[in-house]
Amino acid sequence: MDVNTLLNTIEISHILFLGFAALCVVAAFNVILQHNPIYSALALIIVLCTLAALFVTLYAPFIAAIQVLVYAGAIMVLFIFVIMLLNVREEESKTDQQKYLKYLAVPFFLAMLGEVFAVIKTVGAPPASANPPGTVESIANGMFTNYVLPFEAASVLILMAIVGSMLLARRESAADTNLIEDALNAANRSTPMPAIETVREIEEEVAA
Amino acid sequence: MSSLLNSIDFRFVIESLIKVAAVFVLGLLSPVSMNWIERRGLAFIQNRLGPNRTGPFGLLQSVADGIKFLFKEDITPLEANKWLYTLAPVVMVVPAFMATIVYPIGPTVNLPYIGPTELYVTHFNIGLLYVMAVTSMCVYGIVMAGWGSNSKYSLLGGLRSSAQMISYELSLSLSVIAVVLMTGSLDLVEIVKQQSGWGGMRWNIFGGSAGVFMILPVVIGFFIYLISAIAETNRVPFDLPEAETELVGGFHTEYSSSLKFAMLFMAEYVNMLTVSMLATTLFFGGWNGPGVAQIPVLGVLYFFLKIGFFMLLYIWLRGTLPRLRYDQLMNFGWKFLLPVALFNIVLAAVLGVIFL
Repeated sequence: MDVNTLLNTIEISHILFLGFAALCVVAAFNVILQHNPIYSALALIIVLCTLAALFVTLYAPFIAAIQVLVYAGAIMVLFIFVIMLLNVREEESKTDQQKYLKYLAVPFFLAMLGEVFAVIKTVGAPPASANPPGTVESIANGMFTNYVLPFEAASVLILMAIVGSMLLARRESAADTNLIEDALNAANRSTPMPAIETVREIEEEVAA
Repeated sequence: MSSLLNSIDFRFVIESLIKVAAVFVLGLLSPVSMNWIERRGLAFIQNRLGPNRTGPFGLLQSVADGIKFLFKEDITPLEANKWLYTLAPVVMVVPAFMATIVYPIGPTVNLPYIGPTELYVTHFNIGLLYVMAVTSMCVYGIVMAGWGSNSKYSLLGGLRSSAQMISYELSLSLSVIAVVLMTGSLDLVEIVKQQSGWGGMRWNIFGGSAGVFMILPVVIGFFIYLISAIAETNRVPFDLPEAETELVGGFHTEYSSSLKFAMLFMAEYVNMLTVSMLATTLFFGGWNGPGVAQIPVLGVLYFFLKIGFFMLLYIWLRGTLPRLRYDQLMNFGWKFLLPVALFNIVLAAVLGVIFL
């Protein structure tokens, strides 16, 4: 294909796709290369937003909106929240502990590259239909007909995760509270705190 | 490159540019006008006079403030993170403006020399999701301002606001599902068009196209939406991120009245405008009203009257209600508003299955 035919087949959406893809790759490198975790997190937000833009150019607006809404709008806020709360300034260099782990990156990268090439070779251009796969209707149709079992399995999985996190974050049960109170009472007996002593005195006075 | 140039519809491009400019100016005017209305209105509620020296009735006060913002020295705190400190106002104001493009501000009108024109910038079949997605990005501006300022008050304000906005975004998104179930569309233009029956009064809050059966879930959804929207825009009684009695100014403590502060300020008002427009579009019929079928331009007036109502409601609430405590805010959001919103979805779905 010579340059002229290439230029004749080009569309605005192609230019947009390439621009956002380039931005996405640059931001993705920034996620890894930045030393400050908050910069990494912000670069990841740019990655997610540019991915959403790529989805839009690929006629999948629903996925794009959900991408921004869920990942960039909710999950990354929690990431940033935690980073801010811990106030991590610079990355603590603990990478030396996994000295040989980084060499695993090479085979993983090659495997992924092979996967990408395989996909490009097998999958052709999407059929130009009136209802492209990525609108609300087509996703809802697929989700509640062909893929209802995976969908329900994923919901159960998420429910389990929610219940699990509730269990972990829950306040202590009555038995635990009693244990803590016993321990506190024991500590008070050995070294009575002045405030508690005064409270006890007042209580005795009231009782008297 | 010839096909590329041919593929561009220049009429469409110019029309879109004009519409974008119009919506942008609308967004710019909202803080200018609302600032004066808010200060005078609050003064009226609190038995004061308010700004009344600059121009007639103090009308030029906002202009004077704007000039002051432009010419004040722009100070960046020495220990602040320069990048985030500078970027934060931009990150806050851009999504706020981005969300304004999908609202239809009137029906199709016949303009002289141009012909029939749609009074919206663009519409796509996920308009509602687009608004939700874009407005959810605003929290980063607050977080970056809070963290980048390197001040404890700013950091506390940023932390509070990110927690608050995540909590209330859930109930905000869930509250509109009753309307989506009823209209069967996520396209805001389509949702407004469906409410044009009954001489322009078939608004969703009155049951809309589904009839009277759906009134209950829509009304519950509207009140959840209203409360969450006030919390999302960090306004009284949910203005904990900038609680001035505890945090000086919250996340914008270190922004010393320069252009950056003006942008933060503008973002807050544009966000208020956006949620007011969404409330109008989803629940109060958008531009629909009596007589719009005969005189289409009347629709624009109705739309702005409805937005004005919500904007005045904000001021009214600010003059009336005290601020919530932080734990009250979290308990209210997670333990009351979210369960009610979930219950409301079930109610709407059941009623929809029975009656639609």
